[in-house]
Amino acid sequence: MSENFEPRIVAFCCQYCSYAAADLAGSMRLSYPPNVKVVLVPCTGRVDPLHILRTIEDGADGVCVAGCLEGDCHFLEGNFKARKRVAYVQRILNEAGVEDARVRMFNIAASDGPGFAEAARMMTETIRALGPNPLSTKTEKMTEEL
Amino acid sequence: MKAGSNLERILKSGQFAITAEFVPPATGDRELIERQALYFKGHVDAANVADNMGAVVGAASCAVSKVLLDLGLEPIMSLVTRDRNRIALQSDLLGASLLGIRNVFCTTGDHQKFGDHPEALNVYDIDSVQLVNAVRGLSDSGKLLGGAGCDKVGSFFVGAAADPFGEPADLMILCLGQKVRAGADFIQSQPVFDLEKFGHWVRLAREEGLIEKCSILATVMPLRSAREARAIHEERRGVEVSRDVMTRLEGVLEPEQAQEGLKICAEQMQALKEMKGVQGIHIMSAGREEVIPELIKKSGLETARAKG
Amino acid sequence: MIIAERKPIKELLEMLAGHDKVLLVGCKGCVTVCNAGGVKEVGVLASALRIARRRQGRPIEIDEMTLDRQCEPEFISWLEEPIREKGYTAIMSAACSVGPQYIAERFDKVAVMPALNTKFIGGTLEHEVWAEFCRACGNCGIHNFGGLCPITRCSKGLLHGPCAGSSGGKCEVRPEVDCIWHLIYTRMKNLGQVEKLKALKPAKDWSSYWSGGVRRVVREDLTL
Repeated sequence: MSENFEPRIVAFCCQYCSYAAADLAGSMRLSYPPNVKVVLVPCTGRVDPLHILRTIEDGADGVCVAGCLEGDCHFLEGNFKARKRVAYVQRILNEAGVEDARVRMFNIAASDGPGFAEAARMMTETIRALGPNPLSTKTEKMTEEL
Repeated sequence: MKAGSNLERILKSGQFAITAEFVPPATGDRELIERQALYFKGHVDAANVADNMGAVVGAASCAVSKVLLDLGLEPIMSLVTRDRNRIALQSDLLGASLLGIRNVFCTTGDHQKFGDHPEALNVYDIDSVQLVNAVRGLSDSGKLLGGAGCDKVGSFFVGAAADPFGEPADLMILCLGQKVRAGADFIQSQPVFDLEKFGHWVRLAREEGLIEKCSILATVMPLRSAREARAIHEERRGVEVSRDVMTRLEGVLEPEQAQEGLKICAEQMQALKEMKGVQGIHIMSAGREEVIPELIKKSGLETARAKG
Repeated sequence: MIIAERKPIKELLEMLAGHDKVLLVGCKGCVTVCNAGGVKEVGVLASALRIARRRQGRPIEIDEMTLDRQCEPEFISWLEEPIREKGYTAIMSAACSVGPQYIAERFDKVAVMPALNTKFIGGTLEHEVWAEFCRACGNCGIHNFGGLCPITRCSKGLLHGPCAGSSGGKCEVRPEVDCIWHLIYTRMKNLGQVEKLKALKPAKDWSSYWSGGVRRVVREDLTL
């Protein structure tokens, strides 16, 4: 595993909460790892298992889905659906031989800039410990399987 | 007297019968069967030869019944509808007739999920009521289910099972009625651990006029330990161990629980003997055939056969 | 409808061993409704298989296509062109097992494999929960049982039930399943038809079932 590995993480953030929280973290000038690339979604209920799988397939080292606090979803239960779908994708990744910890669900309130920064740090640390997406490193996967 | 079996003679003459479950092991060793038979012979009026009980493979009930006949122990050949279709079942009945087997006991059988071949395909072509009916047809008019006639088929004395403890009670009576109307001569119940509940069921059966048409044998099962009692109560559906029985078993030290279990069972046998409408006892020893003689002795119900 | 369920990815990978260019074919019929083989499930499965194969160090190319129905030869012919043009060595069908069989009979140069396990004829109990309701015995008699099927919904298919394995209204074979005989009795009682239940039912004629040989239905008046 390379010493200077910088994880690439995609975060699907709900516009009503986590996206605002990410914004707030910026305004508050809180530092958090630049590894997390934010994708705006209208609700985490819009995140399809296929979005997450394709993101991993295309080389992201980690994916997080960040929705509202449970009970606070603007669409009532979008974040609950997202939680189940994340768990479903984790099972599929397990079956396919990829660590399920690369995919994770967070719940962050719009007012919680520090919470977003903390989630970004946590996710980056997790992925740093796991190493690069096994699909994007040819040499490693060959030696591991053989 | 139709079938001419010992069991039929006893029950028809209004005497009290004692039967016990003979579970054939998975063996091809005749001596083993003969040794096992010693716990029954001279103690019971007839032995139910189980048909792959609990969906666990054992020697064929038909063959084992013949071995018992040879030993002078009257068999009640069990047939379950789980493993064989109507062709095989009727063929077995004809075979039984050839061998001189006069009692048959018809049940659906435990689901194979609980046995030693849970991956097996089941049959359930017909159910126990229809099997009773098939035996009756063959026995009374020499007719197969398909309509063809058979020559010189011996008559059978036909038994079936009943569950006195299921809910609702009137449904259980309805089921009993179906078996009686299908032609069952005798009924052996699910194990009784709750005499009051059983008594209630017998009363209901009497009110329905079913007792006059067939003989009811109450099944008893000596419990080995309080732990076994709890396990049976919790795991075996259709079987309920009463609070009283549980308390008594728990009241003695573990090494003495088996003796206490025998004592409780013997007392239940005495009580059942006195119960109006009960014509006999069936002992299920759950793999402990060696306790049968002692149990019967304790209960004071040694049969005329045993004395003679 | 037919209820199906995706096979474990490990099993699918074993089937796909040696194949590097495959068409995964979904079906917009029953298996779309039970979320086993529609457009979305095909997309998720294709992605999962690609990920798994890259992980194994032998990437696989999987194209996706979902037919209106796979139980209709007319729709199967839509596969002709892609199979001819693309050089797939295998077709994996995410339909009930009718689909892969039609594909196998039509195309003799490609391997065909099922992505799903066809489970039963059933209905929805609640969102994303399905249960078995019919065994297709071919001679429906549920009107004799309050409109409920003991052939399918009793674990022993008893016509005179329940058995002693019924407890608290549940079946001992699968305790999450209701003892259908309890439901039948309750319903017949409500209908005032308990007397009807007391009658003895003759041994069932199974010749209309699969045991009577592989079945066919023909509507003469509508044949061309």
